[in-house]
Amino acid sequence: MSHPVAPATGSGRIRTPLPFPTAAKPAVADTQLRANLHRATRTIRAKRARVVDEVPDWEALRDAGSAIKADVQRRLPELLEQFEASATAAGATVHWARDAAEACRIVVALTRAAGADEVVKVKSMATQEIELNEALEAAGIAAYETDLAELIVQLGDDTPSHILVPAIHYNRAQIREIFQRRMADAPADLSDEPAALAEAARAHLRRRFLSARVAVSGANFAVADTGTLVVVESEGNGRMCLTLPETLISVVGVEKLLPTFTDLEVFLQLLPRSSTGERMNPYTSMWTGVTPGDGPQDVHIVLVDNGRSAVLADPVGRPALSCIRCSACLNVCPVYERAGGHAYGSVYPGPIGAILSPQLTGVADNASLPYASTLCGACYDVCPVKINIPEILVHLRQQAPHPPAERAAMRVLAWVMRSPRRWAAALRLARTGAGPLGAYRERRTGARTLRRLPWPASAWTRSRDLPLPAPQTFREWWGKQ
Amino acid sequence: MSARDEILARLRTALADSPPPVQVPRRYRRVDDRADLIAALVDRLEDYRAVVHTGIDALPRLLSGIDRLAVPTDVPADWLAGYAGELHRDAPPLSPAALDDLDAVLTGCAVAVADTGTIILDAGPAQGRRALTLVPDRHICVVRTDQVVGLLPEALTRLDPRAPQTWISGPSATSDIELNRVEGVHGPRRLEVVLIGSGA
Ligand code: SF4
Repeated sequence: MSHPVAPATGSGRIRTPLPFPTAAKPAVADTQLRANLHRATRTIRAKRARVVDEVPDWEALRDAGSAIKADVQRRLPELLEQFEASATAAGATVHWARDAAEACRIVVALTRAAGADEVVKVKSMATQEIELNEALEAAGIAAYETDLAELIVQLGDDTPSHILVPAIHYNRAQIREIFQRRMADAPADLSDEPAALAEAARAHLRRRFLSARVAVSGANFAVADTGTLVVVESEGNGRMCLTLPETLISVVGVEKLLPTFTDLEVFLQLLPRSSTGERMNPYTSMWTGVTPGDGPQDVHIVLVDNGRSAVLADPVGRPALSCIRCSACLNVCPVYERAGGHAYGSVYPGPIGAILSPQLTGVADNASLPYASTLCGACYDVCPVKINIPEILVHLRQQAPHPPAERAAMRVLAWVMRSPRRWAAALRLARTGAGPLGAYRERRTGARTLRRLPWPASAWTRSRDLPLPAPQTFREWWGKQ
Repeated sequence: MSARDEILARLRTALADSPPPVQVPRRYRRVDDRADLIAALVDRLEDYRAVVHTGIDALPRLLSGIDRLAVPTDVPADWLAGYAGELHRDAPPLSPAALDDLDAVLTGCAVAVADTGTIILDAGPAQGRRALTLVPDRHICVVRTDQVVGLLPEALTRLDPRAPQTWISGPSATSDIELNRVEGVHGPRRLEVVLIGSGA
């Protein structure tokens, strides 16, 4: 082998165009948006808690999920080769894309080769990340989102604001207005009842599904030993796209692998309960290459790096690749609840976005995102694959361009956070004003902040306040429930 | 260098710190100790607003209300006993438009999971192609009691990983509008389950 190739950073919609505080400002001032977000995140949180509580071995499942993903990361190159061999043997064609632009070029070329000028799409974070819809449009190919929320966002000329429920920032009246304005075949007397709105979407997409020739999807999981892809969904739009067209193109991040088919027994328990708060999502589809006489006969898989190798290169930040995009961390995050998804600039909002996006792009390019957090730890507690998001946040803050004293302070904080016991003790001390995190004061604005940290962190608090940890941590609250 | 070789080389470089091997702790439950699996399955199915019928005798009554019915070619003859409506066997394969014209589809399944109320089809006997259970508005699915398992890990051992799979938990649904659950979007709006066999 020649020289080792250095991991390269990714491109696409993963950068913040504005620093986080600037981008968050209009969202925080928008009372309608905040009300919509507040109601939505609370509802999902309650549903999730209920179905997680009924699983006696939840922690054992989390431990297994976390370990399987760590194993995948350790063996990623060989597992990818195994996946490619299994999928190819089953009749699929595997393509590789270094970055967003290359992935888009491959999908455009495959669509053209199929003689199509439109595609139907299954909701997929990977295709949003690489800005595929824009690339298809530039190539004269129309891309139709078929997930209800994605359709709302597409018709509203907007971008998604949540991983699971991309249109979470709209209420029913706003959705009705978008349909009436942009959906040519919407009934004239369309009401704002959710059932009526869903029915309008069904009618709008039905003929398109039955006649589409090319579909584009992502995948929730890619199984190395069998070459199987898995898509989890609710509405049946996924099944329509994955089953009826002649050509199926799936865009899959290289981190989506699982070693064996059996490993699905862990992740298909963790994902739906963490995500929609259901025991199981209504539909899960799995396919392995081509099945003669059943489903698409021309099956393509585009494996995408786009910065993932750079994430893998950081031993502390690497676990961000374990994320199964359940969105549980968004729904518990006090910062997300106030700022909404758009403030993060990237397709990956919330706590996971705050650690994943800066690693995909390089921290210097996304330096404000690791600060979009109070480090309260709630995201770590709910994460089904146990990603220590606060620890990675602090680690990334150290890497952003900062004065040396601040970097030293962050190293201390990182050390404290690496141990749940040290962190809990530090928080307790900070709240009573007696400890190493220093005294706090109620500001005139009502914000509770730490004014001065002891050396070496004092260099950091000289010019800014540190938001004070919540009076009760999520862990403490949880422990009492 | 090809994209493939370059990506694999990048990933190998990224792992220069040689992370240690990982032991996966599999301390989660793999077998269910629940006394009554069937009751649990019915409870979960109904929680998802599927309609559950018991006994093969329920079938003729159910089917008598259906004018045009699709079935896989290998559906057992006794499931259709006395059916007087239009029967559409999937041979040669029915087009999506033809399927869209039918009222319901009748199939079997591969396995059903009591813990989650999930019915799994893997294109095995009496299950047919994936499109068959997708396009018609009503799916009637026959589940034999010996196909019911407790937990998801038990189900996976009974499946053919290389066959296309459809896992169904209740009818099609969306929660995209203010998180209100609305049943019936693109997949079948009604799921009816007929439990047959001993213990049903
Ligand atoms: S980081 Fe964890 S909680 Fe957040 S979306 Fe990913 S898997 Fe879910």
